[in-house]
Amino acid sequence: MSETPSKNEQKPPVGDVSSSSRMQLMLCGGTACVSSGSVKVKAALERELAKHDLTDEVDVVVTGCNGFCAKGPVMVVQPDGIFYQELKEKDIPHLVEEHMLKGRPVEKLMYSPPDKKTAVPTMSEIGFFKKQRLVALRNRGLLDPESIDEYIARDGYKALAKVLSEMTPEEVIDEMIASGLRGRGGGGFPTGIKWKTCRMAAGEPKYVVCNADEGDPGAYMDRSIVEADPHVVLEGMAIAAYAVGSSKGYVYIRHEYPLALKRLQKAMEDAREYGLLGKNIFGKGFDFDISIHFGAGAFVCGESTALMASMEGHVGEPRAKYIHTVDHGLWDRPTNLNNVETYANVPVIILRGTKWFTSIGTGDVSKSPWGGSKGTKVFSLVGKVNNTGLVEVPMGITLREIIFDIGGGIPNGKKFKAVQTGGPSGGVLPESLLDIPVDFDQLTKVGSMMGSGGMIVMDEDDCMVDIARYYIDFLAGESCGKCVPCREGLRQINKMLTDISNGEAEEGVLELLEETAHTVAETSLCALGGSAPNPVLSTLRYFRDEYEAHVREKRCPAGLCKNLVTYSIDPVNCNGCTLCAIKCPQHAITGERKKVHTIDTSLCIKCGICRDVCKQDAVIVK
Amino acid sequence: MFKLRIEDLDRIAEENKKTMSLRHGAGRVKITVHMGTCGIAAGARNIMAEVMRCVGESGASDIIVTTSGCAGLCSREPMMTVEVTDQAPVKYIDLDKKKTKRIFDEHVMKGNIVEEYALAMGGERTL
Repeated sequence: MSETPSKNEQKPPVGDVSSSSRMQLMLCGGTACVSSGSVKVKAALERELAKHDLTDEVDVVVTGCNGFCAKGPVMVVQPDGIFYQELKEKDIPHLVEEHMLKGRPVEKLMYSPPDKKTAVPTMSEIGFFKKQRLVALRNRGLLDPESIDEYIARDGYKALAKVLSEMTPEEVIDEMIASGLRGRGGGGFPTGIKWKTCRMAAGEPKYVVCNADEGDPGAYMDRSIVEADPHVVLEGMAIAAYAVGSSKGYVYIRHEYPLALKRLQKAMEDAREYGLLGKNIFGKGFDFDISIHFGAGAFVCGESTALMASMEGHVGEPRAKYIHTVDHGLWDRPTNLNNVETYANVPVIILRGTKWFTSIGTGDVSKSPWGGSKGTKVFSLVGKVNNTGLVEVPMGITLREIIFDIGGGIPNGKKFKAVQTGGPSGGVLPESLLDIPVDFDQLTKVGSMMGSGGMIVMDEDDCMVDIARYYIDFLAGESCGKCVPCREGLRQINKMLTDISNGEAEEGVLELLEETAHTVAETSLCALGGSAPNPVLSTLRYFRDEYEAHVREKRCPAGLCKNLVTYSIDPVNCNGCTLCAIKCPQHAITGERKKVHTIDTSLCIKCGICRDVCKQDAVIVK
Repeated sequence: MFKLRIEDLDRIAEENKKTMSLRHGAGRVKITVHMGTCGIAAGARNIMAEVMRCVGESGASDIIVTTSGCAGLCSREPMMTVEVTDQAPVKYIDLDKKKTKRIFDEHVMKGNIVEEYALAMGGERTL
C-alpha cells in the first residue's frame, strides 16, 4: 500500500524514468495486451492524469510483454509493485482517482490467484522458459503457421506497411544500422551496413536472398522459424528489398526441410493472394516477389558465394571474397544475403524501434554497429543436457545460465565437461569459461564463435580428441575441394587425430597438428576452411592434457577411444548376476551364476553393452 | 494490381482475434497441437488424430482445434496447449493417445487441469 503522496518527498522512486515523477505506471505494450486494448487504456490514463493535474508526478511507461498475456492488458504500478489486470477504459477514471491521487490501490482490479490451489507452475516459474526472451521466435506456438490471417492478427505485415507508407529506403537502412542488428547466420556482420552497401552498389537488377541452408549438425533454428512463422521471413525480405532497391527475392532452402518448405510455399501463395507479394504492394508502387531455390544439402552452400554459384546452376564452390556479393553476387548483380533469423528480427525492429531493440544485449552501438551485440539469439541446445530444445535468449547471458538454468544441467548426474558453440566449425569451451557473456565478440575472443547458434553440451564421458575428430571428419567430407589448404589440410588433420585416438601417434604430433590447423585457417579460400580448425585448436587450447594422455601414455581419460581402453570386471563389485554374459554379442564374458565373471579381451570389441547393463557398476574401462 | 490496402490489415487482425483469443468470443476452449518437425517426429500427428476423434465423439461445437509450430522444448514433445476461456493456457508434455484422451475428458470437457501431465500455465515472455 503506498503512502499518501507527498510532494516534498526527496527520495526518487524505484525505476525512476524522470526525476520529478513519484510513480510509474508500467503498462504492457506487448502484442497480446495491445490487442486486448492497452492502447485505449493508455489514452484513458493520460487523459485522467491530466484531469487531476498529475501528469508531472506520474509517468505512463509502455513496456514489452510481461508474459502474463492471458490477463491483459496488465499494468504494474511502481514503486508499489501493485499488479493490475484486465484493465478496461471505463475502469481508468476510478483507478486514477483512487490509487494515483488518493493512494488507495483498487482491489477489484488487482490480480488474484485462481481460487483453486493448483500444482501447475506458471511459465515464468519454469527455468526453461524463465530466462528466455522471444523476439525472432515471438510467434512460436501462438499462431497457425499456415494462416496468413493469424500472422496479420499478431501485427504481421504492419512493419512492411509502415516502411512503404512512412519511410524512405534510406531511413529504413539508418534504422537498421542504429539498431545494431548483426547477421545471425554466423558472420555477425551489421545488417544495416550490408543493406547500405547493396543499395549503393552499381548494377540492376538487385536481388535479396534468404539463406535457409542450415547445415550445422544439431542446429535447427532456421527450420523452426520457417515452420512456426513463415510469413515473418517473407516480410523481413520484403523490407530488405525495399531498402536495397530490389524487386526479386530468393529463398535458398535445403531439400531436407520438407515441412518448412511446404509452409513457406503456402505462405507465399497466401501472400500473393493478398497482394503482399507481387506488383504494387499496398498500392505504394513497390513490386516484390520471391522464388524458392532448393539446395541439395551441401554444408559449403551456406557460404555466400558458394550458395550463389549453386543458385546459378554451377557446382557449389566458393570464390575469393575480395569481390563482395553485395557488389557482384547472384548473376553478377548486387545481392543482399541474410539468413532466416536475421530477417525474422527486421519487422519487429521497424515496429518497436531502435531504442527498444538496443535495450537488449551488450555493448554500445550508438557510434558503430560493431560496438556490441544487440537483441537476442536463438540457440538449439542439444547434446548432454536435460532440456534439449530451441531457446532464444538476450545477448550477454552467460553460457552457464543457458546450460544450467534453461537447459536444466547434465543428465544422469554426470559432470559438465565442455560446450561447443557455433556449429562444427565453432570452438569447444571448458567449464572455466562458462561465465563469459554470450555475444559475437566474447565468443570469438575465446576461440569459438556465435555461428548460426548450434550449442552442443558434452559431459565427462566425451573424449575431446574424439569430438575434434568427429567434426574434422564431417568438415573434410563437406569441403568442396576447390582450394588446397582445406582439401588436403583437413585430410591430414583428420589422419593425425585418428592416429592419436588409435594410440598410434608419435611425440611431436600435437605441434604438427597445431601448425597444420593454423595454416588451414589462414590460407583457405572461404569461411569453411577458415573456421574448420576451430574444434582442433580450441580443444588443444583447453584440453591439451587429454591429447597428451593419448599420445604419451596411450590412454583415453574419458574411456572412449576404443584402441586405448580395455574392459575388465571388478571382482569386488561383481555379484555374478550373469546379465553381462547374456548380453555380450561376442560371448566374451564367462562366469558362473553368483560368481565373479571375467572378460576375454581377445574377443571383446569394446562395444560397452556390458557396462551399460551392469547394475553393480562392476565393469571397469581403463 | 494491389489487393490489400494498409487499413485492411487491422480489419483482418480484428476478425482473427476472435478465433485466436478466446477473450473475443467464438469458442470456449482452444486446443493447440504443436506440430513442428520435432513434434511430428515424436508423434504429434497421432495426438492430433486423437484430439479430432475426441472432439467428434463429444459432439461439442465450442472447441477450436488448431496447430502451431515448435514450442521450444523439443525434448518433451509431443506437446499440446489447452486454453479455456478466462483461464491461463496450460501446456501438456510427453503426450500419448491415452493422456490426450484424459486431458480432453478432464480439462477440455470438465475444466480440471490434469496436473500430472502439465508442464506449466501462462505465456512466454515475448518482445
